[in-house]
Amino acid sequence: MKYGLPLVAVIGLILIAWLGSMIPGMQYFFGVAVPYLAVMVFLGGFVYRVVQWGKSPVPFSIQTTCGQAKSLDFVKHNRLESPHTTSEVVARMALEILTFRSLFRNTKSELHDGPKITYESSKWLWLFALVFHYSFLVIVIRHMRLFLNPVPDFIVWLDWADSMFEIGTPALYLTDAGLLIGLIYLFTRRFTNRQVRYISLSSDYFPLLLLIAIGVTGVLMRMFLRAGIDIAAIKQLGVGLVTFSPTITTDIGSIFYIHLFLVCALLVYFPFSKLMHLGGVFLSPTRNMKNDTRQVRHINPWNPDIKVHAYSAYEDEFREFMVDAGIPVEKEPEPEEEAPAEAPA
Amino acid sequence: MAVAKLEQLSQSVVQDPSMATGAVPAMDWMDIPVTFKPGNYAYPAKKDKVEYLDSQKGLHFPNAREWSPEDDDWKLPENWKEIIIDGLGERLEKFRSLKIFMDCCVRCGACADKCHFYLGTGDPKNMPVLRAELLRSVYRNDFTLAGKILGKMAGGREMTVGVLKEWFMYSYQCTECRRCSVFCPYGIDTAEVTMMLRELLHLVGIGINWILEPVSNSNRTGNHMGLQPHTFKDNVDFLAEDVENLTGIKIEPTFNRKGAEILFITPSADVFAEPGLYTAMGYLILFEHIGIDYTWSTYASEGGNFGLFTNNEAMKKLNAKMYAEAERLGVKFIIGGECGHMWRVLHQYMDTMNGPADFLELPRSPLTGTIFENAASTKMVHISEFTADLIKHGKLNLDKSRNSHVKATYHDSCNPARAMGLMDEPRYILDHVVDWVEMPENTIREQTFCCGSGTGLNTDEIMELRMRSGLPRANAVKYVEDKHGVNMLSCVCAIDRATLTSLMDYWNPNVGVCGITELVGNAIVLEGETRGELDEGLRTMVF
Ligand code: HEM
Ligand code: SF4
Ligand code: SF4
Repeated sequence: MKYGLPLVAVIGLILIAWLGSMIPGMQYFFGVAVPYLAVMVFLGGFVYRVVQWGKSPVPFSIQTTCGQAKSLDFVKHNRLESPHTTSEVVARMALEILTFRSLFRNTKSELHDGPKITYESSKWLWLFALVFHYSFLVIVIRHMRLFLNPVPDFIVWLDWADSMFEIGTPALYLTDAGLLIGLIYLFTRRFTNRQVRYISLSSDYFPLLLLIAIGVTGVLMRMFLRAGIDIAAIKQLGVGLVTFSPTITTDIGSIFYIHLFLVCALLVYFPFSKLMHLGGVFLSPTRNMKNDTRQVRHINPWNPDIKVHAYSAYEDEFREFMVDAGIPVEKEPEPEEEAPAEAPA
Repeated sequence: MAVAKLEQLSQSVVQDPSMATGAVPAMDWMDIPVTFKPGNYAYPAKKDKVEYLDSQKGLHFPNAREWSPEDDDWKLPENWKEIIIDGLGERLEKFRSLKIFMDCCVRCGACADKCHFYLGTGDPKNMPVLRAELLRSVYRNDFTLAGKILGKMAGGREMTVGVLKEWFMYSYQCTECRRCSVFCPYGIDTAEVTMMLRELLHLVGIGINWILEPVSNSNRTGNHMGLQPHTFKDNVDFLAEDVENLTGIKIEPTFNRKGAEILFITPSADVFAEPGLYTAMGYLILFEHIGIDYTWSTYASEGGNFGLFTNNEAMKKLNAKMYAEAERLGVKFIIGGECGHMWRVLHQYMDTMNGPADFLELPRSPLTGTIFENAASTKMVHISEFTADLIKHGKLNLDKSRNSHVKATYHDSCNPARAMGLMDEPRYILDHVVDWVEMPENTIREQTFCCGSGTGLNTDEIMELRMRSGLPRANAVKYVEDKHGVNMLSCVCAIDRATLTSLMDYWNPNVGVCGITELVGNAIVLEGETRGELDEGLRTMVF
């Protein structure tokens, strides 16, 4: 069920693009109008979401400390896991974002007779998530060659490095393989790990299937369905799109429109989904705050005005007992009240 | 509620079909309703306690009434749903953490088996990610575009009484220990979600007595136990007498004394019951030994703050006593005793809520001259920081052999470890006072397992639940007991001293529980003492 609907949705998207792009005249719609719309929704939506987050204040400094805090001189401070300065926070965040530090800690627990609980290191999720994300990143950067003229050197270089192994003709990109392997692992895991399967929603399967479809159509286009793919025409379209003077030729095959349409669907879906973790990870207060809260006062903009139960009210209630017990008081009791007061044993 | 026999529970945890043992419920979690029966819920707050709290300025605890979770009708206000949804909207505007945590979870499941409640009960809704989904599903439905359009397909669900009951069940099966947040790639802290759930529930009058009674006691008498000033003083004086019986040294602690240099505040539980009493004796011995000018307070006689387990307002109101009293007495700075959640409040909330404490001075150890830069703003120093500094400078006359009857291990309490980063100071102290070993690495420091009964869940009617959720901790202790002959579980938390004692009695009956300062106090050689052989240290009975 949870994966059925997303599967139908992705197939639906493919059909729309496939059939649609074969209707004469619709190439402009799929090649120009939809991409513009999608990029607008993506940028607008992304900014909107980040602004919405930013609007809510961070009332308390709630860092999760994962190592020894800075304290006495002779106690070794763990600067990465319990950052005390801005640069240490930046380093911690860089580790989180570039190396998925927290995921690297992952363990798998098991219950055994006894009872006995064991915790085993479990780094597969970390590994494949990294492979997937970096492949995705490189692929996005590589795609810039389709939009930029002349192609910057580093993209040419990246392209070369990525196809170094020269498997097949044209050479298979390592990151294409990485993206698909990563995605297939994530999907299989979601399907077979009983805990993850139980928590998964349609909105967890959908992006995975969509990305797999994007990856597969991309690879198909490059490796197998070369016939309808005129790279020069596609590049002309790409450069045209970013210079706001798009031109479209009719000799681009449907597979291209399917690929492009799926990417547009991803762009539109992105800001309204969990994929926004891309932005959220930077703003997570448990990770991006300094552990210096006893040293520097953190300000809560809505700090409510709440008065303490005053000492005077406390003393008024317990004065006789306090005096009898020899506890100093601010106000001596009235003489006549003193007599009956007696501290219970 | 009778607790299952050890053998039964041992088998049940491992063999009964549950998510944790490999069985997957046939139904989607959204379709499984909660049922309350004796033993699976903590008793609701008593009417008079709720009324008292609601009458206090700045606090809001409405809908005081007699009710039971087992009843169908929870006697909610007529517009309860509106209150909840508005309350959620208000909190989304006030806490960026809540928005981020609602939006960013990818359901990767890295947190799933990190929670002690999940490991002990195998209930899928105790996986941190599902605990958060209980709220997230309602958030999606009412506050996100995707949820408003797609509803259930986008993982949304409507707020119903059933959902409310589920919130009550599972926000009181989370000890806000934050272990899950260590493992989450985005640092999503389910403890924050639990706090929000509990705040929302209080808006419609749902809360438990084990929390609200201490909160109201603390507001009125200054401490959770409800000890009135003379009784509080008596208790500390009794402990001073015990010290005299053991060591021959007469200690005369002072109370509410103006002009003292230091105000000392610790959880009242330590002057109330074993084994915390021995830790309190440790404080008395330590301070006597170094001769500092300090005072106790009966008005600010509680280090802990159960307000943290209700809502921000109650937390602030209770916490405010510390600075108010420090200002009234004119002390220079404050030393705080051993406690977990107390230090979460002091480290991450106090200065923000009730600071700036500009009437206090930069904390400086009167003996070593060390300036506690890390507490420069709150002006509150942790007893372990203070003690470790004393040891480093050779200010304590310690005889480690006095603890030779003890083979210790050390339990990092959740909050000092994960909300403060206080990990090596207690270890440094232990090195100097006792022979001790570490528990396995996945169960200590930032990965430490909760005692299973924090956040006000230390109540007898849910004992089996507590023994289950404490199992991961108990199991790690068992490991070092078997391997190294450990007989004492040391910690820096007053709640732990109570909860771990029940936990050890159940799972590892040969292991005791103590505070670090008990071990320090026992190792201290006091000047002029007439101490005999004390086979059990400060616990030795002398007549
Ligand atoms: C370019 C920006 C990013 C994009 C496009 C992106 C996209 C994705 C996608 C599509 C998934 C698959 C979700 C699924 O399994 O259903 C995912 C999962 C994940 N992402 Fe990202 N992500 C980005 C940035 C990051 C960053 C900066 C982090 C670092 C913390 C991160 C950590 C993760 C993790 C841990 C998963 C879990 C994999 C799983 O679902 O099993 N992502 N991301
Ligand atoms: S680890 Fe974080 S992102 Fe993953 S399921 Fe848990 S809360 Fe969600
Ligand atoms: S905070 Fe602790 S108790 Fe609560 S869900 Fe996370 S791991 Fe479980």
